[in-house]
Amino acid sequence: MKITGKVIRYGDNVDTDVIIPARYLNTSNPKELAAHCMEDLDPTFVKRVKAGDIMVGGVNFGCGSSREHAPIVIKESGIACVVAKSFARIFYRNAINIGLPIVEFSGEIDEGDKLEIDFDNGVIRNLSKNTQGDFPPFPGFLQKIIGKGGLFPAMEELK
Amino acid sequence: MQMTMSQKILAAHAGRKSVSPGELVMANLDLVLGNDITAPVAINEYRKAGASCVFDCKKIALVMDHFTPNKDIKAAEQTKKVREFAAEKKIENFFDVGTMGIEHALLPERGLVVAGDLVIGADSHTCTYGALGAFSTGVGSTDMAVGMAHGKGWFKVPRAMKFNLHGSLPKWVSGKDVILHIIGKIGVDGALYKSMEFTGPGVSSLSMDDRLCICNMAIEAGAKNGIFPVDDATRKYMSEHSKKTPVEFSADPDADYDEVMDIDLSSLRSTVAFPHLPSNTRTFDDMPVVPIDQVVIGSCTNGRLSDLQVAARILKGRKVNPKVRTIIFPATQKIYLDALRQGLLEIFVEAGAAVSTPTCGPCLGGHMGILAKGERAVATTNRNFVGRMGHPESEVYLASPEVAAASAITGVITDPATL
Repeated sequence: MKITGKVIRYGDNVDTDVIIPARYLNTSNPKELAAHCMEDLDPTFVKRVKAGDIMVGGVNFGCGSSREHAPIVIKESGIACVVAKSFARIFYRNAINIGLPIVEFSGEIDEGDKLEIDFDNGVIRNLSKNTQGDFPPFPGFLQKIIGKGGLFPAMEELK
Repeated sequence: MQMTMSQKILAAHAGRKSVSPGELVMANLDLVLGNDITAPVAINEYRKAGASCVFDCKKIALVMDHFTPNKDIKAAEQTKKVREFAAEKKIENFFDVGTMGIEHALLPERGLVVAGDLVIGADSHTCTYGALGAFSTGVGSTDMAVGMAHGKGWFKVPRAMKFNLHGSLPKWVSGKDVILHIIGKIGVDGALYKSMEFTGPGVSSLSMDDRLCICNMAIEAGAKNGIFPVDDATRKYMSEHSKKTPVEFSADPDADYDEVMDIDLSSLRSTVAFPHLPSNTRTFDDMPVVPIDQVVIGSCTNGRLSDLQVAARILKGRKVNPKVRTIIFPATQKIYLDALRQGLLEIFVEAGAAVSTPTCGPCLGGHMGILAKGERAVATTNRNFVGRMGHPESEVYLASPEVAAASAITGVITDPATL
């Protein structure tokens, strides 16, 4: 799989409370929730995000609450992949379990850059900066979950 | 293969003699937890997957604690969805208004977790039960749904950090100060993906409530779990609360730790985490004058009986500052009743504080104490992220019940030792 998209960039420690504030968690409807994605950090996000955009963060992306609503709203907003220097562990597993592509990558990326991500070969190309770098592929166990489209369908094989 | 305490519990539940850090294993679960925010998403997934029976109706706990008593119509619809699911699947441990408490105070109190258990919960503070010598960790709703259907979960075997505790805590300093001190030192991702294993001669000086509070906030350092060894205090607590049979694990003497940190408990001071990260800590040696608008005493971190007792000791015969809205949340119905019988609630009301039924409410900006723009709260809760308790331009200062009670009286962040 290969995707190309424009970068929406945030800093370190983007927490799940700013990704989707708890005051909106009185529903589990992804569309209703996505209307408030990133609201407390970037009120312009929902207006400017386009399907296929790539969200980029620094270290410890998705820290805080276990709410799966966080990767759900990012996916529902049309974000094709989240790239961060590191992910908080619950966000990491939630993203895999629901089929939101995520990549750990430390290279330099700026707001508005155009990225090409080649998942099969583990390569990120920054088309705006004309640079590229590698990222480690997921272990086989996790690739099975991703390949089956989520944890539930993968369980027959994994258990 | 020498293993940490956490690795041994994972190995036992994965049917393995040993496991290595970084390895991915599928393991059998002793308990699967969800609440009124995360369970509805899990139930959607469960139904979508066409799963029928739950793996064990005794090993699932559903606790309606976040937006209950229902804060609005949508919240009421969510709890209704969980209530109907619990009835349909004959879930034994379904806790609704009247029996519910804040999940991480309730489950140990009800004896649903004991030493050696492997527990997942769709709530990040599920790491609390490490205080009992269990491996427990927060996951998302899909993990919860799969856990309910199959009784299994996937785990990346964590590396570990060791915290060697010595001495005992000074007066007015408690478990909250220990964990805030540690997070201040190592940062909010200082233990990312790792186990935080607490050990050493200082452990025996910590009460079970202190240990529950410390493990509760392991996630705020990014940890997968926090865990204490089992000692006489743990055994006493378990025998008083549970009919389950505990299994005691202990770390191998030469287990591998990425880092060993020595902590002299007697050197610790009252510690406050400033906005907007739990790692942004200060002690009173370096404290500006911070006027406050609200104090919250409660939550899965500090809503237990000993927290209320120490707050009552400080508030007894005093009045809260008229500018400070002070709200106290006993974490469970049992704690509420004990506090009532011990006269603590009377002390709170006479001091001018409000006492609420158990709820997570204000901790996550849900209800029952939301902050307006520019307002500041001292809270015994666990997170002070942007917008956590209300308006994105409000501020939360995390502290112990001792500091929170003292600050309620003076109206500024206050060292309880100076009152």
